[in-house]
Amino acid sequence: MSVHTVKEILASLRRKESKPSEWTETALRMIEQHDPTIGAFLTVDGERALERARRLDGEAFDGALFGVPYALKDNICTRNLKTTAASRILESYIPPYDATVAQRLAATQGVLLGKTNLDEFAMGSSTENSAFQLTRNPYDVKRVPGGSSGGSAAAVAAGMVPFALGSDTGGSIRQPASFCGVVGLKPTYGRVSRYGLIAFASSLDQIGPFTRSVEDAAFVLQAISGHDERDSTSAPQDVPDFVRGLEGGVKGLRIGLVTGLDEHGVDAEVQAAVGKAVQTLQDAGAEVVEVHLPHLRYAVATYYLIAPAEASSNLARYDGVRYGRRAAGQSLAEMYENTRSEGFGMEVKRRIMIGTYALSSGYYDAYYRRAQQVRTRIREDFEQAFKRCDVIVMPTTPTTAFPLGEKVDNPLQMYLNDIFTIPANLAGLPALSVPCGVSSEGLPIGLQLLAHWWDEATLLRVGHTYEQARGFAMPLPRMGA
Amino acid sequence: MKISEETVRHVAALARLSLSDEEVAHLAPQLSEIIGYAEQLQQLNLDDVAPTSHSLARTNVFREDEPWPGLARDVALACAPDSTDEYVRVPAVLEG
Repeated sequence: MSVHTVKEILASLRRKESKPSEWTETALRMIEQHDPTIGAFLTVDGERALERARRLDGEAFDGALFGVPYALKDNICTRNLKTTAASRILESYIPPYDATVAQRLAATQGVLLGKTNLDEFAMGSSTENSAFQLTRNPYDVKRVPGGSSGGSAAAVAAGMVPFALGSDTGGSIRQPASFCGVVGLKPTYGRVSRYGLIAFASSLDQIGPFTRSVEDAAFVLQAISGHDERDSTSAPQDVPDFVRGLEGGVKGLRIGLVTGLDEHGVDAEVQAAVGKAVQTLQDAGAEVVEVHLPHLRYAVATYYLIAPAEASSNLARYDGVRYGRRAAGQSLAEMYENTRSEGFGMEVKRRIMIGTYALSSGYYDAYYRRAQQVRTRIREDFEQAFKRCDVIVMPTTPTTAFPLGEKVDNPLQMYLNDIFTIPANLAGLPALSVPCGVSSEGLPIGLQLLAHWWDEATLLRVGHTYEQARGFAMPLPRMGA
Repeated sequence: MKISEETVRHVAALARLSLSDEEVAHLAPQLSEIIGYAEQLQQLNLDDVAPTSHSLARTNVFREDEPWPGLARDVALACAPDSTDEYVRVPAVLEG
């Protein structure tokens, strides 16, 4: 198995050593060979992808991702291509429009290969909540790939595509990136348009890339960033040249090491790998300071009130009227109830219930409003911390990938796995997961970096510097147990 | 915080979900555990702390009042589970 980065593919295409159709054919072959085991894709759009790549064969190299195959998480709308959010309620939904990110990637002349599996409506941390199939971790197929963007993470890890997009509401890009040994980036809230992203929790959702290198993440971020008038929460913020800024090094940068993480049950091997990564950055010239995030311990409780509250509101639209599945019913109300009860899986129902409860009369102040106040505190913690440092480091997750089935019947245990990723969403900060080692069981470990609002440039620079200095390449996955 | 099966049924009705007895019995202890975990937020003194609804506090995001083409009616109706030439069709709202 040989896998290539976006950068390598672009270089080869630019030098005319290969043709776009060859890369698409290779990717489709990899999918054919490995996806029956891995289960990363819900839809493979092979014919159209080949057609598009062959058309590019005859064209001059033009476009930032010219001829590069990629995949999209199946909660990103694609015109005339089924988009299900891994839910029965959208099982045969074919969007009449493209998400802005899909449009922007198409404009770079990339080649869309298909749509990847996820936890239903992106609600989950293992991709086991998909209504359609399991996705397996390429490093150990008895383990989860993480979630909710498990399909995108596994597709990149398995070498099926050089990059894929996911969405991150509480860690859904960074956690699966960490579990699958790839790079995952959640941009600053508002950096990338959410137009056409099937909404889960609108104040937290953000789209970002999975790649095999930090440099590739910069390429893809460049292509999808920027203000979009169709998303009123996308920011009219300048987009810097992320690629050009990569080589600056970390000399003089202050790295903030978060104190008191022990209470969250960080695995010893994870702790050791992250510690080693911090040492590597220090050796490269960074200064290490300690920072304290006193409200970090409240992040999971805060998130699991706010995100379900927003979800219960967002998912009210699935009523069987304008699109998606409709169940029979004698009255309109009965039709609504039957449609939603048949169409949603258990985790989605659970979150709608939590959210409806937290927003209901008599509980709003005690739960939802209180969670929003703690959200302010968490944001303030970061404001304080970033007075002392330029980048914060933490593990992406307390443990490596867990076995399939281990947490499916224990939602709270599943939620607690998100402790280190949730804070960036609550505060709206950009955050990056970079592989920083492999456990004794051969499972990838992720280093998480967080930077100040809008400072993806520094985030990527530190990530890239670390990746160059870490002194090892991630071993290729076994695709077996 | 103990959430009773009765509360689960009430909340389900608010959310337009019809749950089986089995689902209600399954959800009541799970929701109790999750909401119970969230109770820890009650420990904090949050007097005078403003709530954050959004990390990016943008307000009044307007665009020029210029019409642009939206989805064509036939394209939008093609997504609907049941429609006539001009309308989405639903079960009768009013009896008789």
